[in-house]
Amino acid sequence: MSDLAAHVVILGAGHAGGTAAALLRQYGHTGPITLVGAEPLPPYQRPPLSKAWLKGEADADSLALKPLEFYAEHDIDFRPSTRAVEINRGERTVRLSDGAALTYDKLILATGARAIALPIAGADLAGVMFLRTAADAELLKATIGPGKRLAVVGGGYIGLEVAASGRALGAEVVVLEREPRLLARVACETLSTFFRDYHEQHGVTFDLGADVAGFEGQDGRVTGVRLADGRIEPCDAVVVGVGAAPNDEIAAEAGLETARGVVVDLEARTSDLNIFAIGDVAHRPMPIYDRMFRMESVPNALEQAKQVASAITGRPAPAGECPWQWSDQYDLKLQIAGYAFDVDQILVRGDPAAAKFAVFHLKGDQVQSVEAINSPPEFMMGKQLILSRRPVDKARLADPSISMKEVAA
Amino acid sequence: MAKITYIEHDGTEHVVDVKPGLSVMEGAVKNNIPGIDADCGGACACATCHVYVDEAWREKTGSSSAMEESMLDFAENVEANSRLSCQIKVSDALDGLIVRMPESQH
Ligand SMILES: Cc1cc2nc3c(=O)[nH]c(=O)nc-3n(C[C@H](O)[C@H](O)[C@H](O)COP(=O)(O)OP(=O)(O)OC[C@H]3O[C@@H](n4cnc5c(N)ncnc54)[C@H](O)[C@@H]3O)c2cc1C
Ligand code: FES
Repeated sequence: MSDLAAHVVILGAGHAGGTAAALLRQYGHTGPITLVGAEPLPPYQRPPLSKAWLKGEADADSLALKPLEFYAEHDIDFRPSTRAVEINRGERTVRLSDGAALTYDKLILATGARAIALPIAGADLAGVMFLRTAADAELLKATIGPGKRLAVVGGGYIGLEVAASGRALGAEVVVLEREPRLLARVACETLSTFFRDYHEQHGVTFDLGADVAGFEGQDGRVTGVRLADGRIEPCDAVVVGVGAAPNDEIAAEAGLETARGVVVDLEARTSDLNIFAIGDVAHRPMPIYDRMFRMESVPNALEQAKQVASAITGRPAPAGECPWQWSDQYDLKLQIAGYAFDVDQILVRGDPAAAKFAVFHLKGDQVQSVEAINSPPEFMMGKQLILSRRPVDKARLADPSISMKEVAA
Repeated sequence: MAKITYIEHDGTEHVVDVKPGLSVMEGAVKNNIPGIDADCGGACACATCHVYVDEAWREKTGSSSAMEESMLDFAENVEANSRLSCQIKVSDALDGLIVRMPESQH
Protein backbone atom coordinates (compact mmCIF):
# COMPACT_ATOMS: atom_id res chain seq x y z
CA MET A 1 0.00 0.00 0.00
CA SER A 2 1.36 3.42 -0.89
CA ASP A 3 1.66 5.88 1.93
CA LEU A 4 -0.94 8.20 0.35
CA ALA A 5 -3.58 5.53 0.90
CA ALA A 6 -2.57 4.68 4.45
CA HIS A 7 -5.10 4.91 7.28
CA VAL A 8 -3.86 7.73 9.48
CA VAL A 9 -5.25 7.82 12.99
CA ILE A 10 -4.72 11.04 14.94
CA LEU A 11 -5.14 10.98 18.73
CA GLY A 12 -5.98 14.41 20.09
CA ALA A 13 -8.07 16.93 18.14
CA GLY A 14 -6.34 20.11 19.28
CA HIS A 15 -4.28 22.67 17.40
CA ALA A 16 -1.64 20.16 16.33
CA GLY A 17 -3.94 17.23 15.51
CA GLY A 18 -6.50 19.34 13.68
CA THR A 19 -3.83 21.06 11.59
CA ALA A 20 -2.16 17.75 10.75
CA ALA A 21 -5.49 16.34 9.46
CA ALA A 22 -6.09 19.40 7.24
CA LEU A 23 -2.50 19.45 5.95
CA LEU A 24 -2.60 15.75 5.06
CA ARG A 25 -5.54 16.48 2.75
CA GLN A 26 -3.84 19.64 1.42
CA TYR A 27 -0.73 17.57 0.64
CA GLY A 28 -2.76 15.00 -1.30
CA HIS A 29 -3.30 12.21 1.19
CA THR A 30 -6.16 10.06 -0.14
CA GLY A 31 -6.39 7.36 2.53
CA PRO A 32 -8.76 7.40 5.48
CA ILE A 33 -8.05 9.85 8.28
CA THR A 34 -9.57 9.38 11.73
CA LEU A 35 -9.33 12.23 14.20
CA VAL A 36 -10.09 11.22 17.79
CA GLY A 37 -10.63 14.01 20.32
CA ALA A 38 -11.52 13.89 24.00
CA GLU A 39 -13.25 17.28 23.85
CA PRO A 40 -16.75 17.78 22.40
CA LEU A 41 -15.59 20.54 20.01
CA PRO A 42 -13.78 20.31 16.70
CA PRO A 43 -10.16 21.56 16.88
CA TYR A 44 -9.96 25.15 18.10
CA GLN A 45 -7.42 27.78 19.07
CA ARG A 46 -6.57 28.14 22.75
CA PRO A 47 -4.67 31.47 22.75
CA PRO A 48 -7.83 33.66 22.59
CA LEU A 49 -9.29 31.82 25.63
CA SER A 50 -7.18 33.94 27.96
CA LYS A 51 -7.34 37.06 25.77
CA ALA A 52 -9.88 38.25 23.16
CA TRP A 53 -12.44 35.50 23.80
CA LEU A 54 -12.39 35.93 27.59
CA LYS A 55 -12.91 39.66 27.13
CA GLY A 56 -15.86 38.98 24.84
CA GLU A 57 -14.10 40.23 21.71
CA ALA A 58 -14.21 36.95 19.78
CA ASP A 59 -16.97 34.35 19.35
CA ALA A 60 -16.96 30.55 19.35
CA ASP A 61 -16.95 30.43 15.53
CA SER A 62 -13.73 32.36 15.35
CA LEU A 63 -12.08 29.98 17.86
CA ALA A 64 -12.64 26.94 15.63
CA LEU A 65 -9.76 26.11 13.29
CA LYS A 66 -12.23 24.92 10.64
CA PRO A 67 -16.02 24.78 10.62
CA LEU A 68 -17.44 21.40 11.72
CA GLU A 69 -18.59 20.59 8.15
CA PHE A 70 -14.98 20.74 7.01
CA TYR A 71 -14.22 17.30 8.44
CA ALA A 72 -17.04 15.52 6.63
CA GLU A 73 -16.39 17.44 3.41
CA HIS A 74 -12.76 16.33 3.45
CA ASP A 75 -13.59 12.80 4.43
CA ILE A 76 -12.00 13.10 7.86
CA ASP A 77 -13.72 10.81 10.36
CA PHE A 78 -13.87 13.15 13.36
CA ARG A 79 -14.82 11.46 16.65
CA PRO A 80 -15.51 14.05 19.34
CA SER A 81 -15.87 13.29 23.06
CA THR A 82 -13.84 10.12 22.56
CA ARG A 83 -10.60 9.27 24.33
CA ALA A 84 -7.92 6.87 23.20
CA VAL A 85 -7.18 4.55 26.10
CA GLU A 86 -4.60 2.09 24.79
CA ILE A 87 -2.24 1.62 21.88
CA ASN A 88 -1.34 -1.92 20.80
CA ARG A 89 1.73 -1.52 18.61
CA GLY A 90 1.96 -5.21 17.75
CA GLU A 91 -1.52 -5.28 16.25
CA ARG A 92 -1.42 -1.60 15.22
CA THR A 93 -4.67 -0.86 16.97
CA VAL A 94 -5.94 1.82 19.29
CA ARG A 95 -8.68 1.15 21.81
CA LEU A 96 -11.12 3.99 22.40
CA SER A 97 -13.18 5.00 25.44
CA ASP A 98 -16.42 4.10 23.61
CA GLY A 99 -15.20 0.52 23.24
CA ALA A 100 -14.34 0.81 19.53
CA ALA A 101 -10.97 -0.28 18.20
CA LEU A 102 -9.20 1.38 15.26
CA THR A 103 -6.55 -0.21 13.10
CA TYR A 104 -3.91 2.23 11.87
CA ASP A 105 -1.13 2.29 9.32
CA LYS A 106 0.25 5.55 10.70
CA LEU A 107 -0.55 6.91 14.14
CA ILE A 108 -0.10 10.55 15.20
CA LEU A 109 -0.09 11.38 18.91
CA ALA A 110 -1.32 14.93 19.41
CA THR A 111 -2.68 14.65 22.92
CA GLY A 112 -1.25 17.98 24.11
CA ALA A 113 -0.71 18.87 27.72
CA ARG A 114 -2.95 19.40 30.74
CA ALA A 115 -2.89 22.04 33.44
CA ILE A 116 -0.95 20.98 36.52
CA ALA A 117 -3.14 20.78 39.62
CA LEU A 118 -1.98 21.79 43.09
CA PRO A 119 -2.12 18.83 45.50
CA ILE A 120 -3.38 20.96 48.38
CA ALA A 121 -6.43 21.10 50.62
CA GLY A 122 -9.52 22.61 49.02
CA ALA A 123 -8.31 22.13 45.43
CA ASP A 124 -11.64 20.46 44.61
CA LEU A 125 -13.82 23.37 45.83
CA ALA A 126 -16.14 24.92 43.26
CA GLY A 127 -14.59 28.10 41.90
CA VAL A 128 -11.05 26.72 41.84
CA MET A 129 -10.43 26.58 38.11
CA PHE A 130 -7.87 26.04 35.37
CA LEU A 131 -7.66 27.52 31.93
CA ARG A 132 -6.80 24.93 29.33
CA THR A 133 -10.00 24.19 27.42
CA ALA A 134 -12.96 26.09 26.00
CA ALA A 135 -15.08 24.53 28.76
CA ASP A 136 -12.68 25.91 31.40
CA ALA A 137 -12.91 29.32 29.76
CA GLU A 138 -16.74 29.25 29.72
CA LEU A 139 -16.77 28.47 33.41
CA LEU A 140 -14.28 31.22 34.20
CA LYS A 141 -16.16 33.81 32.16
CA ALA A 142 -19.42 32.93 33.89
CA THR A 143 -17.75 33.33 37.29
CA ILE A 144 -15.82 36.61 37.10
CA GLY A 145 -17.18 40.10 36.63
CA PRO A 146 -17.73 43.39 38.42
CA GLY A 147 -17.72 43.03 42.19
CA LYS A 148 -15.94 39.67 42.11
CA ARG A 149 -12.45 39.10 43.43
CA LEU A 150 -10.31 36.75 41.38
CA ALA A 151 -7.12 35.17 42.69
CA VAL A 152 -4.64 33.97 40.09
CA VAL A 153 -2.15 31.43 41.36
CA GLY A 154 0.99 31.67 39.23
CA GLY A 155 2.52 34.75 37.62
CA GLY A 156 3.39 33.25 34.24
CA TYR A 157 2.08 34.38 30.85
CA ILE A 158 -1.30 32.68 31.11
CA GLY A 159 -1.79 33.96 34.66
CA LEU A 160 -0.96 37.51 33.59
CA GLU A 161 -3.24 37.33 30.55
CA VAL A 162 -6.08 36.14 32.78
CA ALA A 163 -5.32 39.00 35.19
CA ALA A 164 -5.52 41.55 32.35
CA SER A 165 -8.76 40.07 30.99
CA GLY A 166 -10.18 39.84 34.51
CA ARG A 167 -9.60 43.58 34.94
CA ALA A 168 -11.21 44.26 31.57
CA LEU A 169 -14.28 42.37 32.83
CA GLY A 170 -14.39 44.55 35.92
CA ALA A 171 -13.17 42.02 38.50
CA GLU A 172 -10.71 42.75 41.28
CA VAL A 173 -7.58 40.69 40.66
CA VAL A 174 -4.77 39.50 42.91
CA VAL A 175 -1.89 37.45 41.50
CA LEU A 176 -0.12 35.09 43.92
CA GLU A 177 3.36 34.02 42.90
CA ARG A 178 5.76 31.85 44.86
CA GLU A 179 8.90 33.35 43.33
CA PRO A 180 10.08 36.82 44.34
CA ARG A 181 9.35 38.09 40.80
CA LEU A 182 6.92 37.49 37.95
CA LEU A 183 7.73 35.24 34.97
CA ALA A 184 10.74 34.02 36.92
CA ARG A 185 11.18 30.88 34.83
CA VAL A 186 10.85 32.50 31.43
CA ALA A 187 11.85 36.15 31.46
CA CYS A 188 14.56 38.46 32.75
CA GLU A 189 14.32 40.97 35.59
CA THR A 190 13.64 43.97 33.30
CA LEU A 191 10.59 42.29 31.83
CA SER A 192 9.35 41.04 35.23
CA THR A 193 9.50 44.55 36.63
CA PHE A 194 7.91 46.06 33.55
CA PHE A 195 4.94 43.68 33.67
CA ARG A 196 4.49 44.16 37.40
CA ASP A 197 4.37 47.96 37.04
CA TYR A 198 2.07 47.80 34.03
CA HIS A 199 -0.40 45.47 35.74
CA GLU A 200 -0.33 47.54 38.93
CA GLN A 201 -1.19 50.64 36.90
CA HIS A 202 -4.23 48.69 35.71
CA GLY A 203 -5.27 47.85 39.24
CA VAL A 204 -3.93 44.31 39.66
CA THR A 205 -2.38 43.59 43.05
CA PHE A 206 0.51 41.18 43.52
CA ASP A 207 1.54 38.97 46.35
CA LEU A 208 5.04 37.80 45.49
CA GLY A 209 6.92 35.17 47.45
CA ALA A 210 3.48 33.80 48.33
CA ASP A 211 3.49 30.11 49.17
CA VAL A 212 -0.04 28.84 48.54
CA ALA A 213 -0.91 26.19 51.13
CA GLY A 214 -4.61 25.56 50.58
CA PHE A 215 -8.00 26.93 49.61
CA GLU A 216 -10.67 27.98 52.09
CA GLY A 217 -14.30 27.37 51.29
CA GLN A 218 -17.86 27.64 52.44
CA ASP A 219 -20.72 25.37 51.30
CA GLY A 220 -18.37 23.77 48.80
CA ARG A 221 -17.32 27.07 47.17
CA VAL A 222 -13.94 28.73 47.42
CA THR A 223 -13.79 31.85 49.59
CA GLY A 224 -10.07 32.41 49.92
CA VAL A 225 -6.52 31.25 49.34
CA ARG A 226 -4.53 30.27 52.41
CA LEU A 227 -0.80 31.02 52.37
CA ALA A 228 1.88 29.09 54.23
CA ASP A 229 2.46 32.07 56.56
CA GLY A 230 -1.17 31.82 57.69
CA ARG A 231 -2.53 34.80 55.77
CA ILE A 232 -5.71 34.41 53.76
CA GLU A 233 -6.42 36.20 50.49
CA PRO A 234 -10.20 36.37 50.19
CA CYS A 235 -11.61 35.67 46.72
CA ASP A 236 -14.70 34.49 44.83
CA ALA A 237 -12.78 32.47 42.29
CA VAL A 238 -9.29 31.11 41.67
CA VAL A 239 -7.44 30.34 38.46
CA VAL A 240 -4.51 28.01 38.96
CA GLY A 241 -1.90 28.66 36.27
CA VAL A 242 1.22 26.89 37.38
CA GLY A 243 2.22 25.13 34.19
CA ALA A 244 1.25 22.13 32.09
CA ALA A 245 2.31 18.48 31.90
CA PRO A 246 2.38 16.43 28.67
CA ASN A 247 -0.34 13.82 28.11
CA ASP A 248 2.24 11.15 27.29
CA GLU A 249 1.05 8.30 29.52
CA ILE A 250 -0.63 6.39 26.71
CA ALA A 251 2.63 6.53 24.73
CA ALA A 252 4.77 5.46 27.66
CA GLU A 253 2.45 2.52 28.39
CA ALA A 254 2.85 1.42 24.76
CA GLY A 255 6.62 1.35 25.27
CA LEU A 256 7.47 4.45 23.23
CA GLU A 257 10.48 6.41 24.38
CA THR A 258 9.46 9.37 26.57
CA ALA A 259 11.39 12.08 28.40
CA ARG A 260 9.13 14.86 29.69
CA GLY A 261 7.13 14.22 26.51
CA VAL A 262 7.23 11.70 23.67
CA VAL A 263 10.70 11.68 22.10
CA VAL A 264 10.66 12.44 18.36
CA ASP A 265 13.04 13.38 15.53
CA LEU A 266 12.85 16.22 12.99
CA GLU A 267 10.17 14.32 11.06
CA ALA A 268 8.18 14.11 14.32
CA ARG A 269 8.73 10.33 14.31
CA THR A 270 8.85 8.45 17.62
CA SER A 271 10.93 5.39 18.41
CA ASP A 272 8.27 3.41 16.44
CA LEU A 273 8.50 3.99 12.65
CA ASN A 274 4.72 4.14 12.24
CA ILE A 275 4.02 6.45 15.15
CA PHE A 276 4.55 10.21 15.27
CA ALA A 277 4.06 12.76 18.05
CA ILE A 278 3.46 16.49 17.59
CA GLY A 279 2.65 19.62 19.58
CA ASP A 280 2.72 20.08 23.34
CA VAL A 281 3.15 16.34 23.96
CA ALA A 282 6.37 16.00 21.94
CA HIS A 283 9.95 16.22 23.20
CA ARG A 284 11.66 17.39 20.03
CA PRO A 285 15.07 18.31 18.69
CA MET A 286 15.76 22.01 18.29
CA PRO A 287 18.85 22.15 16.09
CA ILE A 288 19.65 25.85 16.55
CA TYR A 289 20.21 25.21 20.25
CA ASP A 290 21.68 21.78 19.70
CA ARG A 291 19.36 20.19 22.23
CA MET A 292 15.95 18.62 22.70
CA PHE A 293 13.05 20.07 24.62
CA ARG A 294 9.27 20.32 24.82
CA MET A 295 7.58 23.50 23.64
CA GLU A 296 4.11 24.76 24.36
CA SER A 297 3.23 27.10 21.54
CA VAL A 298 1.00 27.31 18.51
CA PRO A 299 3.88 27.88 16.06
CA ASN A 300 5.50 24.71 17.42
CA ALA A 301 2.28 22.73 16.96
CA LEU A 302 2.01 24.04 13.38
CA GLU A 303 5.64 23.33 12.52
CA GLN A 304 5.39 19.76 13.73
CA ALA A 305 2.04 19.27 11.96
CA LYS A 306 3.89 20.22 8.75
CA GLN A 307 6.70 17.81 9.60
CA VAL A 308 4.35 14.88 10.10
CA ALA A 309 2.14 15.63 7.09
CA SER A 310 5.28 15.92 4.95
CA ALA A 311 6.74 12.66 6.28
CA ILE A 312 3.51 10.71 5.68
CA THR A 313 2.87 12.08 2.18
CA GLY A 314 6.51 11.76 1.11
CA ARG A 315 7.34 15.46 0.87
CA PRO A 316 10.75 16.75 1.92
CA ALA A 317 10.85 17.89 5.56
CA PRO A 318 10.04 21.60 5.96
CA ALA A 319 12.89 24.01 6.74
CA GLY A 320 13.53 24.46 10.46
CA GLU A 321 11.86 27.46 12.06
CA CYS A 322 12.77 29.72 14.92
CA PRO A 323 10.47 28.92 17.87
CA TRP A 324 8.34 31.86 18.90
CA GLN A 325 5.14 32.88 20.67
CA TRP A 326 3.17 35.93 21.60
CA SER A 327 1.11 37.32 24.45
CA ASP A 328 -1.46 40.14 24.52
CA GLN A 329 -2.13 42.02 27.76
CA TYR A 330 -4.07 45.31 27.78
CA ASP A 331 -2.70 47.26 24.81
CA LEU A 332 0.68 45.50 24.95
CA LYS A 333 1.88 43.24 22.21
CA LEU A 334 4.58 40.92 23.46
CA GLN A 335 6.39 38.79 20.88
CA ILE A 336 9.00 36.29 21.99
CA ALA A 337 11.44 34.52 19.69
CA GLY A 338 13.79 31.74 20.73
CA TYR A 339 14.74 30.50 24.19
CA ALA A 340 17.34 31.98 26.53
CA PHE A 341 19.69 28.97 26.76
CA ASP A 342 23.33 29.46 27.89
CA VAL A 343 22.96 33.24 27.91
CA ASP A 344 25.92 35.33 29.08
CA GLN A 345 24.59 38.82 28.40
CA ILE A 346 21.25 40.61 28.37
CA LEU A 347 20.82 43.78 26.38
CA VAL A 348 17.85 46.16 26.48
CA ARG A 349 17.03 48.14 23.35
CA GLY A 350 14.48 50.95 23.66
CA ASP A 351 12.66 52.38 26.66
CA PRO A 352 10.61 50.29 29.13
CA ALA A 353 9.06 53.51 30.51
CA ALA A 354 7.56 54.14 27.06
CA ALA A 355 6.28 50.51 26.87
CA LYS A 356 8.28 50.07 23.68
CA PHE A 357 11.46 48.04 24.07
CA ALA A 358 13.08 44.69 23.42
CA VAL A 359 15.29 42.48 25.55
CA PHE A 360 17.94 40.54 23.68
CA HIS A 361 19.54 37.50 25.29
CA LEU A 362 23.00 36.78 23.92
CA LYS A 363 25.51 33.99 23.98
CA GLY A 364 28.77 35.56 22.90
CA ASP A 365 27.77 37.60 19.86
CA GLN A 366 24.85 35.36 18.90
CA VAL A 367 21.24 36.17 19.69
CA GLN A 368 19.59 33.31 21.64
CA SER A 369 16.23 34.95 22.23
CA VAL A 370 14.38 38.24 22.13
CA GLU A 371 11.35 39.51 24.02
CA ALA A 372 9.83 42.45 22.17
CA ILE A 373 7.18 44.72 23.69
CA ASN A 374 5.34 46.76 21.03
CA SER A 375 8.45 46.36 18.86
CA PRO A 376 7.75 44.21 15.76
CA PRO A 377 11.03 45.10 13.97
CA GLU A 378 13.10 43.83 16.91
CA PHE A 379 11.01 40.64 16.99
CA MET A 380 11.04 39.99 13.24
CA MET A 381 14.75 40.70 12.79
CA GLY A 382 15.60 38.97 16.07
CA LYS A 383 13.89 35.82 14.79
CA GLN A 384 16.04 35.87 11.68
CA LEU A 385 19.23 36.47 13.68
CA ILE A 386 18.42 33.56 16.01
CA LEU A 387 17.79 31.20 13.11
CA SER A 388 20.83 32.24 11.09
CA ARG A 389 23.20 32.22 14.11
CA ARG A 390 24.84 35.29 12.55
CA PRO A 391 27.05 37.33 14.93
CA VAL A 392 25.73 40.81 15.82
CA ASP A 393 27.44 44.05 16.73
CA LYS A 394 26.20 44.52 20.29
CA ALA A 395 26.85 48.26 20.44
CA ARG A 396 24.69 48.80 17.37
CA LEU A 397 22.03 46.42 18.66
CA ALA A 398 21.75 48.45 21.88
CA ASP A 399 21.32 51.71 19.98
CA PRO A 400 17.68 52.24 18.96
CA SER A 401 18.66 55.11 16.66
CA ILE A 402 20.15 52.47 14.36
CA SER A 403 17.33 50.58 12.62
CA MET A 404 17.12 46.79 13.00
CA LYS A 405 17.73 46.42 9.27
CA GLU A 406 21.00 48.30 9.64
CA VAL A 407 21.97 46.34 12.75
CA ALA A 408 21.59 43.10 10.85
CA ALA A 409 23.16 44.37 7.65
CA MET B 1 -21.58 36.63 1.87
CA ALA B 2 -18.69 38.15 -0.04
CA LYS B 3 -17.11 36.22 -2.90
CA ILE B 4 -13.34 36.28 -2.53
CA THR B 5 -10.79 34.97 -5.01
CA TYR B 6 -7.51 33.73 -3.54
CA ILE B 7 -4.78 33.10 -6.11
CA GLU B 8 -1.86 30.91 -5.14
CA HIS B 9 1.63 31.81 -6.27
CA ASP B 10 1.47 29.15 -8.99
CA GLY B 11 -1.74 30.65 -10.36
CA THR B 12 -4.22 28.21 -8.81
CA GLU B 13 -7.45 30.08 -8.07
CA HIS B 14 -9.82 29.46 -5.18
CA VAL B 15 -13.14 31.26 -5.17
CA VAL B 16 -15.04 31.04 -1.88
CA ASP B 17 -17.87 32.79 -0.07
CA VAL B 18 -16.73 34.44 3.13
CA LYS B 19 -19.06 35.59 5.90
CA PRO B 20 -18.87 39.33 6.60
CA GLY B 21 -17.17 39.94 9.93
CA LEU B 22 -14.48 37.33 9.36
CA SER B 23 -11.06 38.44 8.17
CA VAL B 24 -9.68 37.67 4.71
CA MET B 25 -7.19 35.38 6.50
CA GLU B 26 -10.00 33.47 8.28
CA GLY B 27 -11.77 33.04 4.95
CA ALA B 28 -8.70 31.26 3.59
CA VAL B 29 -7.93 29.16 6.65
CA LYS B 30 -11.50 27.98 7.18
CA ASN B 31 -11.62 26.87 3.54
CA ASN B 32 -8.25 25.08 3.75
CA ILE B 33 -6.71 27.26 1.03
CA PRO B 34 -2.94 26.73 0.83
CA GLY B 35 -0.57 29.71 0.92
CA ILE B 36 -1.77 31.53 4.02
CA ASP B 37 -0.21 30.02 7.14
CA ALA B 38 -1.60 32.43 9.75
CA ASP B 39 0.54 31.08 12.58
CA CYS B 40 -0.79 33.52 15.17
CA GLY B 41 -4.46 33.13 14.28
CA GLY B 42 -4.94 36.81 13.53
CA ALA B 43 -3.13 38.48 16.42
CA CYS B 44 -1.01 40.57 14.02
CA ALA B 45 2.03 38.86 15.51
CA CYS B 46 3.44 36.58 12.80
CA ALA B 47 3.22 38.12 9.30
CA THR B 48 2.50 34.67 7.80
CA CYS B 49 -0.83 35.79 6.33
CA HIS B 50 0.77 38.14 3.79
CA VAL B 51 -1.22 38.78 0.57
CA TYR B 52 -1.11 41.16 -2.38
CA VAL B 53 -4.37 43.03 -2.79
CA ASP B 54 -5.55 43.42 -6.38
CA GLU B 55 -5.04 47.03 -7.52
CA ALA B 56 -8.75 47.59 -8.08
CA TRP B 57 -9.44 46.74 -4.41
CA ARG B 58 -6.67 48.61 -2.64
CA GLU B 59 -8.80 51.56 -1.63
CA LYS B 60 -11.75 49.47 -0.42
CA THR B 61 -9.55 47.31 1.83
CA GLY B 62 -8.31 50.42 3.66
CA SER B 63 -4.83 51.10 4.91
CA SER B 64 -2.64 49.23 7.36
CA SER B 65 -2.09 50.21 10.99
CA ALA B 66 1.36 51.19 12.25
CA MET B 67 1.77 47.73 13.82
CA GLU B 68 0.83 45.95 10.60
CA GLU B 69 3.12 48.25 8.65
CA SER B 70 6.12 47.46 10.79
CA MET B 71 5.43 43.70 10.69
CA LEU B 72 5.18 43.82 6.91
CA ASP B 73 8.40 45.74 6.71
CA PHE B 74 10.18 42.53 7.66
CA ALA B 75 8.18 40.02 5.63
CA GLU B 76 9.59 38.69 2.37
CA ASN B 77 8.86 40.09 -1.10
CA VAL B 78 6.80 42.99 0.15
CA GLU B 79 5.16 45.20 -2.50
CA ALA B 80 3.17 48.42 -2.34
CA ASN B 81 -0.07 46.39 -2.30
CA SER B 82 1.04 43.99 0.46
CA ARG B 83 -1.27 43.51 3.44
CA LEU B 84 -1.63 41.15 6.35
CA SER B 85 -4.87 39.39 5.47
CA CYS B 86 -5.87 38.98 9.13
CA GLN B 87 -6.14 42.76 9.32
CA ILE B 88 -8.66 43.05 6.46
CA LYS B 89 -12.23 42.62 7.69
CA VAL B 90 -14.64 41.18 5.15
CA SER B 91 -17.81 43.17 4.48
CA ASP B 92 -20.35 43.24 1.68
CA ALA B 93 -18.27 46.04 0.17
CA LEU B 94 -15.51 43.49 -0.47
CA ASP B 95 -17.72 41.19 -2.56
CA GLY B 96 -15.50 40.29 -5.53
CA LEU B 97 -12.16 40.93 -3.78
CA ILE B 98 -9.08 39.35 -5.35
CA VAL B 99 -5.91 38.65 -3.36
CA ARG B 100 -2.73 36.88 -4.45
CA MET B 101 -0.37 34.91 -2.25
CA PRO B 102 3.42 35.33 -2.11
CA GLU B 103 5.67 32.40 -2.97
CA SER B 104 6.27 31.61 0.69
CA GLN B 105 5.22 32.97 4.06
CA HIS B 106 8.57 32.39 5.76
C1 LIG C 1 -5.14 29.72 27.80
C2 LIG C 1 -4.02 29.43 26.85
C3 LIG C 1 -3.41 30.47 26.15
C4 LIG C 1 -2.38 30.21 25.25
N1 LIG C 1 -1.81 31.26 24.59
C5 LIG C 1 -0.84 31.02 23.67
C6 LIG C 1 -0.26 32.09 22.91
O1 LIG C 1 -0.60 33.25 23.07
N2 LIG C 1 0.68 31.78 21.98
C7 LIG C 1 1.08 30.50 21.76
O2 LIG C 1 1.92 30.27 20.89
N3 LIG C 1 0.55 29.47 22.46
C8 LIG C 1 -0.38 29.70 23.42
N4 LIG C 1 -0.91 28.65 24.13
C9 LIG C 1 -0.38 27.28 23.91
C10 LIG C 1 -1.05 26.59 22.75
O3 LIG C 1 -2.44 26.71 22.85
C11 LIG C 1 -0.62 25.12 22.73
O4 LIG C 1 0.76 25.07 22.57
C12 LIG C 1 -1.31 24.34 21.63
O5 LIG C 1 -2.68 24.29 21.84
C13 LIG C 1 -0.76 22.94 21.54
O6 LIG C 1 -1.51 22.16 20.65
P1 LIG C 1 -1.67 20.59 20.85
O7 LIG C 1 -2.57 20.14 19.75
O8 LIG C 1 -0.36 19.98 21.04
O9 LIG C 1 -2.42 20.44 22.24
P2 LIG C 1 -3.91 20.84 22.59
O10 LIG C 1 -4.34 22.02 21.80
O11 LIG C 1 -3.94 20.88 24.07
O12 LIG C 1 -4.78 19.60 22.10
C14 LIG C 1 -4.68 18.32 22.63
C15 LIG C 1 -6.04 17.66 22.57
O13 LIG C 1 -5.90 16.27 22.78
C16 LIG C 1 -6.96 15.81 23.61
N5 LIG C 1 -6.54 14.55 24.22
C17 LIG C 1 -5.66 14.35 25.24
N6 LIG C 1 -5.54 13.03 25.50
C18 LIG C 1 -6.33 12.38 24.62
C19 LIG C 1 -6.62 11.00 24.38
N7 LIG C 1 -6.06 10.03 25.07
N8 LIG C 1 -7.49 10.71 23.39
C20 LIG C 1 -8.07 11.68 22.65
N9 LIG C 1 -7.83 12.99 22.84
C21 LIG C 1 -6.98 13.34 23.80
C22 LIG C 1 -7.14 16.96 24.56
O14 LIG C 1 -8.40 16.88 25.17
C23 LIG C 1 -6.99 18.15 23.63
O15 LIG C 1 -8.23 18.47 23.04
C24 LIG C 1 -1.94 28.87 25.04
C25 LIG C 1 -2.54 27.82 25.75
C26 LIG C 1 -3.57 28.08 26.65
C27 LIG C 1 -4.20 26.94 27.39
S1 FES D 1 -2.29 35.72 11.10
FE1 FES D 1 -0.50 36.34 12.15
S2 FES D 1 -0.21 38.35 11.45
FE2 FES D 1 -1.98 37.72 10.38
